[in-house]
Amino acid sequence: MAKQDKDATFVGDSRVSAKRIPNISPSYSDFPGKTEPFWPNFLLKEWMVAAVCLVGFLILTVSHPSPLTDKANPNDTSFLPLPDWYFLFLYQLLKYPWAAGDWVVIGIIGIPGIAFGALMLAPWLDTGKERRPSKRPVATGLMLTALVAIFYLTWTANDQANHLKHKSGGEGGGGTPPAAAAPAPADSSFKADAVWKAQASCMGCHGGNMEGGMGPNLQKIGSELDATQIADIIKNGKGQMPPGLIKDDAEIQKLAEYLASLK
Amino acid sequence: MMQKMYDWVDERLNITPMWRDLADHEVPEHVNPAHHFSAFVYCFGGLTFFITVIQILSGMFLTMYYVPDIINAYESVKYLQNEVAFGSIVRAMHHWGASLVIVMMFLHTLRVFFTGAYKKPRELNWVVGVLIFFVMLGLGFTGYLLPWDNTAYFATKVGLQIADSVPFIGPYAKMLLTGGEIVGAQTLTRFFAIHVFFLPAGLFALLAAHFVMIRSQGISGPL
Repeated sequence: MAKQDKDATFVGDSRVSAKRIPNISPSYSDFPGKTEPFWPNFLLKEWMVAAVCLVGFLILTVSHPSPLTDKANPNDTSFLPLPDWYFLFLYQLLKYPWAAGDWVVIGIIGIPGIAFGALMLAPWLDTGKERRPSKRPVATGLMLTALVAIFYLTWTANDQANHLKHKSGGEGGGGTPPAAAAPAPADSSFKADAVWKAQASCMGCHGGNMEGGMGPNLQKIGSELDATQIADIIKNGKGQMPPGLIKDDAEIQKLAEYLASLK
Repeated sequence: MMQKMYDWVDERLNITPMWRDLADHEVPEHVNPAHHFSAFVYCFGGLTFFITVIQILSGMFLTMYYVPDIINAYESVKYLQNEVAFGSIVRAMHHWGASLVIVMMFLHTLRVFFTGAYKKPRELNWVVGVLIFFVMLGLGFTGYLLPWDNTAYFATKVGLQIADSVPFIGPYAKMLLTGGEIVGAQTLTRFFAIHVFFLPAGLFALLAAHFVMIRSQGISGPL
């Protein structure tokens, strides 16, 4: 406990000083420029900004009710899984072949780890006295690059998701997907050929008997696409499906021909 | 009357110094949009806090109706959305506010970054701010599952799959969050607990630290 002044008087037996401090604002004339006190001058202005934002916000909430899709159904294979929009850039990163599959560590820890680690440690990485953005080009440049990357990745992810939703006729974001989203209902008696069973990377999303899962049902895919188109999708990916899952061209051809024969 | 009550409390608890400390901290000209319009960039931090308060209040009202189990969660949200008076507005505030708080925090982070305000002596406050950012992202992720609709379910499934592929700790983190093999009943209650108790507790502690540091250091000077 701090040393007490011998002459100090207290309220009763408490440690509260009996000496009162006047409850008045000091003069701000000593401060540089047009400095003002927080209470009440600045808080009033701050509240006006907040009130304008609040009105805009309330208009948004009234005009756009929050979406609610159908009750969670783990078996709904037609639903397009998508994280909330502010995670899209991280999600999109994992779709690139150099940041997925064998290289997933790069996409999941490498790049985000370096980016967020650098953000966290910025005060120790950028130790110069200079504060103007133009006087510290490395920090400014890196941040601008990161911003461009985040915007680009988010935009691309959204674009691809919209494209996919449009293609399938359904909308993953809300409402009931129309029947067009699931062109072929899963046939439980369908048995896939050995050609299919050999492709573990396909079965992960399209199911052991092509009944669909993360990816669409392929049991009657031959009625929609021919072998060349299927081979192209396997090679280059489509929507959620990453490209280059099968490297061997002969194998792709074999699989594409088998799939095209399913009608 | 009010003055008498104030004096009565002040005599016993000496609250004037605390109150003057709160009311009298000076707001320099360069951060005041009333004097320099471009200073509106300094509002983003305050707006982030403002929306955080909206989130806390609307969230408190939502828990009056929300039931965190897989049978009733969706039905309770649907009821809240369609039957409860102003329910859809409160839910919309929480839903859109979640996005808005991320946007505001992002802008606030950029303002602090580009004005170089994280430099000595404010390093620790920057680190606390980045931690607040992560807590907010965690709140967004856990809150997204709670309506238990398809959007929520599959988004969480994707998120947990991504967590699972993190080397070494990934499978453990996923197990901790899902509470089992599948995204199901355990997952929902865990996400609810994390969203409503664990992360807000962390958020309050970090926000307190953030504000105490601002008050003791003052806002960074003009460029």
